[in-house]
Amino acid sequence: MTRPILIVLGAFAIMASAICLLVLVPAAMLRGVKAPAALQPYTARQLAGRQVYIANGCLYCHSQQIRDPAFTTDVDRGWGARATVPADYVYDRPHLMGTMRTGPDLINVGQRLPSEDWQLIHLYDPRALVEWSIMPGFPFLFEKKAPGDVRPGDRVVTVPGPRAPKGVVVVAKPEAVALADYLISLKRTYPVEENPAAPPGVTQHSAAGRVAQGRP
Amino acid sequence: MSAGAIPEGLTRVEIDAVASGRGLSPAELEARLRADASSRRVVLLLYSVALGWLIIGSLFGELASLKLHWPDLLTAWAPLTFGRVRTAHLHMVNYGWATAALIGTSLWLFPRLVHAELKGARLAMVGAVLFTVGVLLGIVGVLAGVNDGMEWLEGNRWLTAPFQVVGGGLIGLSLFRTAAARKAEHLYVSVWYILGSFVWFPMLYLTAKIYPWSGATSAAVNWFYAHNVLGFWLTSMSVGAAYYFIPKVLGRPIYSYQLSLLGFWSLAMFYSLNGMHHLVGGPIPEWMITTSIVASIFMFIPVVATGINLHMTVLGRFGALRYSPTLRFVVLGGLAYTAVSLQGSLTALREVNRITHFTHWTVAHSHVGGYGFVTFVAFGSMYYVVPRLVGHEWPSARLIRWHFNLALAGIAIYVVALSWAGVAQGLALLDPKLPFQFSVVRSMPGLYGRSLGGVLMTIAHFVFAYHFWIMLRAPRGAAGATRPPFHEAQPLLYAVEEPGR
Repeated sequence: MTRPILIVLGAFAIMASAICLLVLVPAAMLRGVKAPAALQPYTARQLAGRQVYIANGCLYCHSQQIRDPAFTTDVDRGWGARATVPADYVYDRPHLMGTMRTGPDLINVGQRLPSEDWQLIHLYDPRALVEWSIMPGFPFLFEKKAPGDVRPGDRVVTVPGPRAPKGVVVVAKPEAVALADYLISLKRTYPVEENPAAPPGVTQHSAAGRVAQGRP
Repeated sequence: MSAGAIPEGLTRVEIDAVASGRGLSPAELEARLRADASSRRVVLLLYSVALGWLIIGSLFGELASLKLHWPDLLTAWAPLTFGRVRTAHLHMVNYGWATAALIGTSLWLFPRLVHAELKGARLAMVGAVLFTVGVLLGIVGVLAGVNDGMEWLEGNRWLTAPFQVVGGGLIGLSLFRTAAARKAEHLYVSVWYILGSFVWFPMLYLTAKIYPWSGATSAAVNWFYAHNVLGFWLTSMSVGAAYYFIPKVLGRPIYSYQLSLLGFWSLAMFYSLNGMHHLVGGPIPEWMITTSIVASIFMFIPVVATGINLHMTVLGRFGALRYSPTLRFVVLGGLAYTAVSLQGSLTALREVNRITHFTHWTVAHSHVGGYGFVTFVAFGSMYYVVPRLVGHEWPSARLIRWHFNLALAGIAIYVVALSWAGVAQGLALLDPKLPFQFSVVRSMPGLYGRSLGGVLMTIAHFVFAYHFWIMLRAPRGAAGATRPPFHEAQPLLYAVEEPGR
């Protein structure tokens, strides 16, 4: 090759077609996906909690997606009753589907672990509740106060067991309460119908499942 | 300078070539010296920045690794929580270290390859500073909790994108202007890859950053970008460098021009459709995932074409790896490229992916590519380029040896330990009778192994950075190492004549 312009144009044309195929076409297809009636938009506090989730990198260890039960054991593991579909993510800006399961999937954690107390203790010190956990604690989302300094309205967190801090009271900051609120809001438990607006292929009965079962 | 005289500032190898009447005429050498001088300052700046990022990026990576098996380590302060440290590491080593090193190498290669001085070198220098500021702001933001939320794109769009677009644009402009001013008729294959990369990276970056994508579409955009930034920036720039240094050091032409062509255009065709294999089984339209799996298998074509081309050029001359640290690093990098690409194609298959998806396997895989391939090629390039910019050889063969051996041992331990951890984790996750605990506990030995490998790699980087530092400080024309770094090692395959005897 002797002309730089041909390389530049060729490179541009190939990438432009890939962007059309894998970005613009799906963006147009998925625009028609409506939120299921049972899916509530996030409240302001839940959105604030979602931002805490992003800022502290929860998504690098926790996924938020259930894959086809015929293809994986996500459903058997009790993480959800069905595979998640694009409609489940309509209010997610941006998606937090994740790529690692160093910790468990969280898309239905609000159903499994709905107690705010449990969530707050676990955020403060995971190993106070789950001995083998390798999740970091997030003590910076909490304050330690002398017992006399606790005010009415403070969200006091009672850490059980030998790992409880001695002589001080643990109080959740608003960020911790918002994060717990967001986590408890994660429930994609409603049934989804085959969405008439969705293009073919956007269902939980995917080709992946048939492959895993050895069917064509 | 009078015709026939040996120009100043040549390395010993080049002076020998002139003195013995082999190689280039003094006039050609002078043109080459002018080409090197035109890019000297910006390349040294970028290499220095790159090494700074490599050192702190390694420390952040090591800290993140330690935190996964010592989870109570340094939890009190938000900027040092795992999720922020890990992300800062990713940005430091990819957009800091690898990107700066690869741009530096390409700015040095380009004038040599097109037989013209670098145009707009000053603006390229400004571009390098702006780009670095953008990367730095993004990382400081991530550590402070300002995060856009998509992997590989965490830097806040208002804080980072303007600097990176303008900075990268100025560097790209310098390259395109140099290409336009070329005196060489034929464009060597490295030029294709560098030009292509400077078209592709901005397209990808703007597609992902310019619009606040949401819902399932944002997942598709996320992995379209995050996978392609490997293929159309880190990979393409590194393959371009490997195509230059392997034939250059060996003094023989590349094996096949036709294979170069096939490798380049088929990489563009197939790599660009790969990204959705990060979402196998996920909630995006099935045809997208299938397209990416098929394209991932088609990646065998560019990978095998490039692999044959690079490896056949080396074949029969493995003995030369004893004399040239450049060749040693770049040839190993080329082997890692073949390995990581074939591994990636297989991992895209659904049957493999259901075990390895969501596990440490992916992290190990990314380090075969990002370290074994990209970083090794960057190291090899710097071993070749820096002596030609500062006018003397590397001071110490022993430091080169330590750098290479520690880096290789480190990445080998890292990859073996973490891949094993990933498979153990994935198999435990696939058995619903096993509680989740098993996937954590069974991967723990691999996580410790990863930290050990990381320590070795980090020490290797300190050795290299120290060597680079004394290299820069030594006066022009200082004496370098008198013997090649690996002269006492036996050839890998069979003995070859030692050059120069």
